[in-house]
Amino acid sequence: MIRFEHISKIYQVGDDEIRAADDVSFNISKGEFVAIVGQSGSGKSTCMNIIGCLDVPTLGSYYLNGTDVSTMNDNKLAEIRNKTLGFIFQQYNLIPKLTVAENVEMPLLYGGYSNQERRAAALESLRRVGLEHKANSFPPQLSGGQQQRVSIARALVSNPSVILADEPTGALDSRTGREVLEFLQELNSEGNTIVLITHDNSIARKAHRIIRLFDGKIIYDGPADSDQAVVNPDIPHGEHIKKEENNI
Amino acid sequence: MSFLQCFLLAIKGISTSKMRAFLTMLGIIIGVASVIVITGLGNGMQNYMTDMFEGMGTRTLNINLTGRGSNRTISVDRMYEIAEENKEVISYISPKVTVQGQVRCLNENMRTSVTGVGEDYLLINSWEILSGRFIQYFDIAERKKVCVVGSYYASNDVFGTSPVGQTLKINGEAYTIVGIIEEIADSTQNSTDDMVLIPYSNAVKFSRNATISSYVASASSDESVTQARVAIENELYKVFLNDDLYSVISMTEILDTMNEMMDIVVGILAGIAGISLLVGGIGIMNIMLVSVTERTREIGIRKALGAKQRDIKSQFIIEAGTTSALGGVIGIAFGMLVASMIGPVFDITALPKIDSILLAFSISVGVGVLFGFLPANKAAKLNPIDALRNE
Ligand SMILES: Nc1ncnc2c1ncn2[C@@H]1O[C@H](COP(=O)(O)OP(=O)(O)O)[C@@H](O)[C@H]1O
Ligand SMILES: [Mg+2]
Repeated sequence: MIRFEHISKIYQVGDDEIRAADDVSFNISKGEFVAIVGQSGSGKSTCMNIIGCLDVPTLGSYYLNGTDVSTMNDNKLAEIRNKTLGFIFQQYNLIPKLTVAENVEMPLLYGGYSNQERRAAALESLRRVGLEHKANSFPPQLSGGQQQRVSIARALVSNPSVILADEPTGALDSRTGREVLEFLQELNSEGNTIVLITHDNSIARKAHRIIRLFDGKIIYDGPADSDQAVVNPDIPHGEHIKKEENNI
Repeated sequence: MSFLQCFLLAIKGISTSKMRAFLTMLGIIIGVASVIVITGLGNGMQNYMTDMFEGMGTRTLNINLTGRGSNRTISVDRMYEIAEENKEVISYISPKVTVQGQVRCLNENMRTSVTGVGEDYLLINSWEILSGRFIQYFDIAERKKVCVVGSYYASNDVFGTSPVGQTLKINGEAYTIVGIIEEIADSTQNSTDDMVLIPYSNAVKFSRNATISSYVASASSDESVTQARVAIENELYKVFLNDDLYSVISMTEILDTMNEMMDIVVGILAGIAGISLLVGGIGIMNIMLVSVTERTREIGIRKALGAKQRDIKSQFIIEAGTTSALGGVIGIAFGMLVASMIGPVFDITALPKIDSILLAFSISVGVGVLFGFLPANKAAKLNPIDALRNE
């Protein structure tokens, strides 16, 4: 479903060349729950932007559902994002002036659906996250956890093949963070493909598979419950786990 | 995304920040309002002039023979011949002799002015007889002491309701009233209805030099007014050999010339006022640019969720267009209000023509769309990654 073939993203900063992603290759199949982890600056966002069709790689090819999207233009990418991807952001990224329902409808608005279709799908999606009674509220009236659930509803509304979650618990307290994660697990068990981006190992372990990045390179790609999955190359093993566990 | 959806989005954007929207529109409101006031006053003025001139007859030609410093004259008969020779363009002609004299009814002195006219004077002015008859050819030929009066004489107390058959005195000479002309104005003193008409042959006797220096003629149609004027001028030139010695004035032509001048003046003034529309457009562009910067995150979200460049572009252009269209509507309403208040000061009804209202509206939409382009392009080109990154 997602295939990265020798993807590199190179930024030219002055005379320096920064390889935000360096020869990254992996496959993600339908129904997987993958966490992409790494420290800050390791290239997670870069990979996420490419997976999310918000950016194109400098080198390599990216196949999404069998089509090469690494050379597509802006409008084509917008269409792919609209039809096949669902985004969940750390900052929720809801538009405060629009109602909850209008926020959830937005992907369908750009997908060319009619008013009634949009409204019905938005309410159905809100029902799935248990917030249909908030349909006519405005995002700032909701708690952080509720706002994140609204953004999940928005990600689900267009029935995307992949749900991309970038630090979805980053702005939440640990209890609501756990709820959101449980919800993602539930969505995965219903057959949704989920790619989770996080710097937090304990969160990453809720996924089935971990892809660990370091300096733009993959240093681990395997099951989430393996010991190696949470090893950080520059921090001693035991200390690292303790530190991360304190975080959650 | 459809136009309607963009439009609803724009309305939503405007209604969530009304004060800012109002300030954005202010330039457009002022610009449109001043254009409306100017064209409204101009139109009111033209209507007023048209009414005035139509009261004088649009086909009427006023002929004045000064002949000053020259011993050339033209006879009444020759004037009638000229009309007859050009009868396809000139319907009627009549001398018009103003009598210096006093009208006295029974024992009352009137202030009415007396005019000596020909038998076609009634037709030239398209008036109707209320009762009795008008002055006729034999009255003129035989210098009958008869007169026709305006409806003022049927409404004042002097003669009661039926003046026909009664007598009034002009400079001491008794004249029999043979007819009353229907009401033209409002039958009051000093109005057009306050008149006494006598055969011109009698009127000439009252005047010092016994020549006729004024005529009125009527053209056969509105289209032949100019031809009629030229025909008369040509004949008069043959007699006077100097075009300073006579004048033939057509009311329609004067009206047309005045309207043309008025159009130019109004056009220039409206154009100057229209410059403020440009300033209003720049105001819109300015606020829209600020708004794009402020809404960077919103734009990023929309793009991430699948908005194409043209979706974002049309959102902002339609928002700018809707804002300035709304400003245009408010400006039109405000301008009409102001015009209707200023109008009475000049004694006119100041209302702009519907086409200048539509023009003002479409220009304001156009200005918004035009000046919305730059901000909209800026918004559409935003990179969603950058737009979502900053906090
Ligand atoms: N637009 C950019 N221009 C230059 N360098 C960039 C740009 N975006 C990211 N980088 C660099 O690429 C590296 C990876 O960044 P990023 O993918 O954001 O990492 P992460 O999300 O894991 O923190 C960092 O060193 C960052 O400074
Ligand atoms: Mg990042």
